[in-house]
Amino acid sequence: MAGPTDTAFDLSDALVAAPIPMAHWLVILPVALCIGLGALLLMLRNRTQWHAAIAIPGLVLLVVIDAALLYRVVSDGAVTMVMGRWLPPFGIAFSVDIFGALMALTAAIAALAASVHSLGEITVSSRRYGFFPFLMLLLAGVSGAFLTGDVFNLYVWFEVLLISSFGLLILGSEPEQIDGALKYAVLNLIATTLFLVSVGYLYAVFGTLNMADIAMKARAGDSAPLMTLTGLFLLAFGMKAAAFPVNFWLPASYHTPRITVSALFAGLLTKVGVYALIRVLVMLLPVERAGLGPLVTVIAVATMLVGVAGALGTNDIRRMLGYIVISGIGTMLAGVAVGNAEGLGGAIFYALHSMVLMTALYLVAGQAARLGGGFSLTVLGGLYRRSGWFAGLSLVLFFAISGLPPFSGFWPKVLLVKAALATGAWWLAATILATGFLTAIVFGRVFLLAYWRPAAADAMAAEPIGWQTALPLLGLAMLVVGFGLFPEWLLHLTQAAAAGLEQPSAYLQSVFPAAGGVQ
Amino acid sequence: MEAVFAVVVGLFFSAAIYLMLSRYSIRIMLGVAILGNAVNLLLFTAGRVTPEVPPIIQQGASGLDNAAANPLPQALILTAIVISFSFFAFLLVLIYRAYQDLKTDNTGEMKLAEPDERPLPPLGY
Repeated sequence: MAGPTDTAFDLSDALVAAPIPMAHWLVILPVALCIGLGALLLMLRNRTQWHAAIAIPGLVLLVVIDAALLYRVVSDGAVTMVMGRWLPPFGIAFSVDIFGALMALTAAIAALAASVHSLGEITVSSRRYGFFPFLMLLLAGVSGAFLTGDVFNLYVWFEVLLISSFGLLILGSEPEQIDGALKYAVLNLIATTLFLVSVGYLYAVFGTLNMADIAMKARAGDSAPLMTLTGLFLLAFGMKAAAFPVNFWLPASYHTPRITVSALFAGLLTKVGVYALIRVLVMLLPVERAGLGPLVTVIAVATMLVGVAGALGTNDIRRMLGYIVISGIGTMLAGVAVGNAEGLGGAIFYALHSMVLMTALYLVAGQAARLGGGFSLTVLGGLYRRSGWFAGLSLVLFFAISGLPPFSGFWPKVLLVKAALATGAWWLAATILATGFLTAIVFGRVFLLAYWRPAAADAMAAEPIGWQTALPLLGLAMLVVGFGLFPEWLLHLTQAAAAGLEQPSAYLQSVFPAAGGVQ
Repeated sequence: MEAVFAVVVGLFFSAAIYLMLSRYSIRIMLGVAILGNAVNLLLFTAGRVTPEVPPIIQQGASGLDNAAANPLPQALILTAIVISFSFFAFLLVLIYRAYQDLKTDNTGEMKLAEPDERPLPPLGY
């Protein structure tokens, strides 16, 4: 907007002058694809027969794009793209490192599995209420949260995924769902508002919202009251992640929607909270995280124990899985509490494992209810006789959630226990192991009652297991077994992701090439 | 100027928290509405409050004057207003629907998803 006098300004100080390389578009593509497909599906809301045919290939494409993004980030290091070509910190940056790319890829895989399962469960009327558009917009929010490099932008993606999750939660409009949704909606809205408050203070302290910029300025040793601010972030993200003592919304709501939706939520939503917690506490404010370490340790221990104790005392298997989600969050927080690269690597590995596994376990619960006539452990029975392979597959998943070898839950727990012992937090290590033991009891009891106990005499005739359930379950179980047997590749990646969070020079370099990644 | 705003923000927050501690869903909604405005005001104050200097680069200068107003918080607030307004609209419909379906606006009586009497799992068979 040069005036009539035309003073020549050198715009290369403010704008990216060179054309953006094609590869950088990959950073924005997952979000653009999800929003585009979501909008398209909304336009086609009266033609519900086309929804699945558009959404599922779209999700396959999303998995491919996220995999390509991960490949690129692993081979070339962190990638940054700025919106509108404004140089950071002025333009909104999308920055991807290994951590973000891994989470985005796993989220896409979990969503693909849930969407295939929806073919058998989500009825035409639920599709008319917009299951697939909400699903795509939810994924846009989740992918955006994993890929963005701007704190305020992270808040916006939180809200995008939150409003889509409201839509999914009340699909069907049963009174029970309305009840669960009310508590979920109000408490999550307060959590994101707290997050916004923290962002406001962060801006007041640093005068910038770009994550890399904040990370540099926080390391430069500003004496601002960052400890309080970090505590506020911990509360906001802890609430999103359902950490103790702000976990009550999760068991109140996760068992009310359709099983597909529960599986999706258990796989994606709380992990976004954990991701944001790790990103902000470990990468942006590491000194303050170290100061709050004892508090995070106490929270982690309490979350693990509360979760598994709730699961022990619950009769409804969906609610029981909700408590198991909470205890998993505690295990991830244990890695944040330890805070070194090894502990964080364990936490990231556990988060990826938990995304896949919790989705699969909710699908198992849905299938168990269809075979056994209900979600209550008092009525379920005879599943082993109904379907041998389904029982075997469930047992694999039950072992994996208890952290037994040779499945994917074993390795992150090894890492976490080792890291906790190395820092002298023996009671944290003991809690991780005790939680695994109690989880084994929880699922052993499920197997005993629901699978081995003979079915009640008046049990209804079982219908065969549809491919819509079998296919995603087999796929997810293959991931669980595969990464249990051959963990080296993923271990290597998660350790690299954790190292990148602890020493974010590559990330900073991708945002500020001129600064040379100074710390 | 900031001190006055800080006090107002504090008052807004206390009113919002007081209302949200209520059992009745309509009061919680009012609390949520005030909370949203408290946050907006906080964002506004966070970006320093300066009177009447528009953020326009003067002729001949190469950057903004230090006394100029900060335009960024206004962009943030605009985003936050849109988001909190849409959430408020959704929540209003949700609590009205909850009132119709559950026949109460007392959250203490909304026990459909979590009934008081939940059986413990069987100890054996």
